[in-house]
Amino acid sequence: MRIKWVECAALSVMAALSVMTGGGSWFLALALGVTLLKCLLIPTYHSTDFEVHRNWLAITHSLPISQWYYEATSEWTLDYPPFFAWFEYALSHVAKYFDQEMLNVHNLNYSSSRTLLFQRFSVIFTDALFVYAVHECCKCVDGKKACKELTEKPKFILSVLLLWNFGLLIVDHIHFQYNGFLFGLMLLSIARLFQKRHMEGAFLFAVLLHFKHIYLYVAPAYGIYLLRSYCFTANKPDGSIRWNSFSFVRLISLGLTVFLVSALSLGPFLALNQLPQVFSRLFPFKRGLCHAYWAPNFWAVYNALDKVLSVIGLQLKLLDPKKIPKASMTSGLVQQFQHTVLPSVTPLVTLICTLIAILPSIFCLWFKPQGPRGFLRCLILCALSSFMFGWHVHEKAILLAILPMSLLSVGKAGDASIFLILSTTGHYSLFPLLFTAPGKKNLFLIGWKLSTSLAWALWKSSVNLYSLSPPGS
Amino acid sequence: MEKWYLMTAVVLLGLTVRWTVSLNSYSGAGKPPMFGDYEAQRHWQEITFNLPIKQWYFNSSDNNLQYWGLDYPPLTAYHSLLCAYVAQFINPDWIALHSSRGYESQAHKLFMRATVLIADLLIYIPAVVLHCCCLKEISTKKKIANALCILLYPGLILIDYGHFQIMYNSVSLGLALWGVLGVSCDWDLLGSLAFCLAVNYKQMELYHSLPFFCFLLGKCFKKGLKGKGFVLFVKLAGTVVASFTLCWLPFFTERAQALQVLRRLFPVDRGLFEDKVANIWCSVSVFLKIKDILPHHVQIIVSFCLTLLSLLPACVKLTLQPSPKGFRFTLVSCALSFFLFSFQVHEKSILLVSLPVCLVLSEIPFMSTWFLLVSTFSMLPLLLKDDLLMPSVVTTMAFFIACATSFSIFEKTSEEELRLKSFSVSVRKHLPRFTFLPRIIQHLFIISVITMVLLTLMTVTLDPPQKLPDLFSVLPSP
Repeated sequence: MRIKWVECAALSVMAALSVMTGGGSWFLALALGVTLLKCLLIPTYHSTDFEVHRNWLAITHSLPISQWYYEATSEWTLDYPPFFAWFEYALSHVAKYFDQEMLNVHNLNYSSSRTLLFQRFSVIFTDALFVYAVHECCKCVDGKKACKELTEKPKFILSVLLLWNFGLLIVDHIHFQYNGFLFGLMLLSIARLFQKRHMEGAFLFAVLLHFKHIYLYVAPAYGIYLLRSYCFTANKPDGSIRWNSFSFVRLISLGLTVFLVSALSLGPFLALNQLPQVFSRLFPFKRGLCHAYWAPNFWAVYNALDKVLSVIGLQLKLLDPKKIPKASMTSGLVQQFQHTVLPSVTPLVTLICTLIAILPSIFCLWFKPQGPRGFLRCLILCALSSFMFGWHVHEKAILLAILPMSLLSVGKAGDASIFLILSTTGHYSLFPLLFTAPGKKNLFLIGWKLSTSLAWALWKSSVNLYSLSPPGS
Repeated sequence: MEKWYLMTAVVLLGLTVRWTVSLNSYSGAGKPPMFGDYEAQRHWQEITFNLPIKQWYFNSSDNNLQYWGLDYPPLTAYHSLLCAYVAQFINPDWIALHSSRGYESQAHKLFMRATVLIADLLIYIPAVVLHCCCLKEISTKKKIANALCILLYPGLILIDYGHFQIMYNSVSLGLALWGVLGVSCDWDLLGSLAFCLAVNYKQMELYHSLPFFCFLLGKCFKKGLKGKGFVLFVKLAGTVVASFTLCWLPFFTERAQALQVLRRLFPVDRGLFEDKVANIWCSVSVFLKIKDILPHHVQIIVSFCLTLLSLLPACVKLTLQPSPKGFRFTLVSCALSFFLFSFQVHEKSILLVSLPVCLVLSEIPFMSTWFLLVSTFSMLPLLLKDDLLMPSVVTTMAFFIACATSFSIFEKTSEEELRLKSFSVSVRKHLPRFTFLPRIIQHLFIISVITMVLLTLMTVTLDPPQKLPDLFSVLPSP
C-alpha cells in the first residue's frame, strides 16, 4: 500500500500544478507534459545502469566512507567523483522507505517493482533542476523581432528542444542514468556566464566536475574563457588583450572557489590516503580504446580500417595468420587491444590528438573573445573534439555537445542547420543503447523509436525553418 | 495546410503516448481459464483462419461459442482473418486450432499491440486530422490544438492499448468519423458507405445511426422531394443496401446463417445491464431493484420507449434544419440517450458518446472537457482491474493540461460560451437574480474534479467496507 501512497502523492502534486497551467503558462505545460511522458516510460526496458545505481545506493548506505572506493562485490564499482557518491547517499535515505532490500550490497540484480518505481521517480524528480536551468537559459535568449506566434518565439523553441530532448529522454528514462540534473547544472552555469555572474558559473561548474568527471571534456573552454574575459577586466578597442587590466583579485577568488570545492569533495579521501585508488577508479585506462558499444568517433573508424586492412592482408597473404591476436575488437568487450596493421593507440596519443583538435578554438577564445556566445562555441567544439578523439568514449557523451548546441541554434540560421545534422545523427547513434547485448532484444521499442525519431527529426526541421526567419543574423 | 509539421508532431506525440501505454499489462493477463479480451481477440483469429466461413457463428466441436464466441458483425471477422494471415506468416503457433488457447508471449503481445496501432494509424488518426483541418472559422493553431486534444483523449487510448478491448474501437470509431466527415462535407455517398462499414464492424455504432438517417433525410427534403432530393434518397438507399450485401454476402446463402449471426449480435437474453455501468438503470437499481421488479420483456419495452422519447426532439429538429453543426450536436445527444437508457449497455460504450463530444470540443470546450474527463473516470473500475492506475491518471492529466492550455477553458465560461443563454434568460424571467450561472458551473466543475480525485485515491488506498464490496465500483457511475 505504501507504494500507492507515493504514487498518489506525486500525482496529486502534478495534478495541482496542472490546474495552475489552466492559467495558460506554456512553459509549465511543456515541463509537466514531458514529466507525464516520463511517468509513462516507467515500465520500459532498463539497462545494466539500473543495477549500477542500485549498487551504489547500497554501497553508500551500508558501508563507511573508507570502503566506498574499495568495495568490489559487484562488478559495477563506484567510478564517479565523491559528490555523486554523496548524492546517492542522500537518495538512499529516501530509498529505505520504499524497499529496504535494495540497500543490501549482496542483493545483486535486485529489482523489485518498488525499487524500479523509486529509481525512476528519483530521476524524474531530480530533473526539476534541469527544468529550472532551462528556464534560466530561456531568459538569455532573445527574439530579434517580436513574434506574436507562440511557436515562433525562440524561448518556446529552446524550451521544447531542451525539455523534450529525445536523447536525454532515452538515456535518462529508459536506459537509466541521472544526466538530467547534471546537464541542469551545466546549463545553469552557462546561463550564469551569459548573465555575467561569473563567480556563480565557475562555482557551479566546479561542483559539476565533482559530480561527474566527464565534464572535464569542456573544462578547457571554461578555464580559458574565465581567464581571458573575467580576469582581464577590459579589452583594447580592437578586441585584443590588455595586459594591464589583469585583476589578481578575480583570479584568486576563482582559484579559491575551485580549490574549496575540490577540498570539500576530495578532502575526506585525501585524509584517508585513498586518492590514488579514487583516481584509478575515476580514470580506468585499462578499459580499452573503445567502449562496449562503439561511440561513433574517430577511433571507431580507425579500428574498422584496421580490421579491413587485416582481412585484405590475410587474403593477399601479406600477413601471417598466427601472429594476429585472437580477441576481436568488435565483440563488445572492454579490454586492451593491439591493432594488427595500423600502429597501436595509447591513451597519450588520444590526449595529444584531442589537444590538437581543441587548440584552434582555444586560440580563438583567447585572442578574439566574442563574449558568452564565443565561449559557448568553444565549449561545444571542445566537447566534440573530446568525443572524436578521446579514450574510451561513451556514445552518451554526444549529449554534451547537443544540449549546448540547442542554445546556439535558436540564435543563428547557420547554427540551426548544423544543429539539425548534429542532433539527428547524434540521437540516432544512441539507438544501440536500447538493446542489450546478451540476447534480450526488447522488440517493443522498435516501433516506438521509429515514431519518436521521426517526431524529433520533423520538429527540428520546423525549428530550422523558423530560425531562418530572423533577419540580420 | 501550413504548419503541417506541427500537425505531424502532434500525431507522433499521440502515437508515442499510445505505444507507451501499450507497454502495460492487458486484460486477463495470466488468468486462466478464460483470460480476457486479449485472448478473445487471439481466439477469433484462430477461428476465422482455421474454420470455413459457415462455421464461424455456429456452435461446433471446433468452435465452442461459450469460449469467446464471435459476437460482432462480419467485418470484424474479416479483420481478424487478415490479422491471422499475418500471424501465420510470423508464427503459426499463435493461431493453431485448439492448441493455442491461452497463448501468451512477449512476441505475441508485440504483434497484437502492433495490429491495434496500425489500424489506428490507418483509419482513426487520418480521420481526426482531416476533421480538424476542415473545421471552419478557427485559426490553424486552434485546429492543431484541437487535434492534440482529441488524439490525447484518455478513454480510447486506455481501452484500446491498455485494456485491449475485444474490438479495435479505433477502427469502428474511425470509420464512423469518416462517415461524419463525408456527410458534413457533402460527400454523402462516401460518408454513408463509411458509416455502413462502421456499423458492420461493430453493431453498437447503431447508436449513431439515427442522426445520420435524420440528417440525410433532412438534406433530401431540402433538395425537394420531387427532384434532386429523391435522386439522392435513392442513391443513398442503394449505397446502404450495397454495402450491407457486400459484407454479409457469405451469410446470405442460407436463412439459418443470417439468423444465427443476428442472434449472436443482439443477445436480448442477457438482461437490462451487466456489471456496473454509468447509466440510468444501474444508478436507479441502487435504490430500486428494477431487475427483480419488472419482468424481462417489460424491461425491453421500457428501455426502448425511454430511449426513443429522449432522442426524438433532437432528431426531429435535425430533419427539419439539417446542418453540420446541428448534426454533431445531435450525434452527442442521441448517443447519450442510448447510453443512458438502452438495453445491455457496456461501460466501454461511453466511448461512443465521447467521440461526438470530441467533435464539438472546439465549440463548447469547457463542457466537452468536463464530460470527457468524467467519461474516462467512469471507466476507472474497469481499468483498475488491469493495473492501469498510473497510465490512466497520467493520460487524464495530460489531456486536461492539453485542453486547458489550448482552449483556456477557465476563461470561457460565460453564458454565451456555454450555450446556455436561452436557458438562463428563461430562468431569469422567474428569478431575476439568476446571473451567476457561470460561477455555479465553475464551482460544480471544481467539485466534480475533486470528487473524482478523492474517489480515485480512496479506491486505490482503502479496502471497501465489508457490507458494500462494490461501493467503489458503483460510486463513479452517478
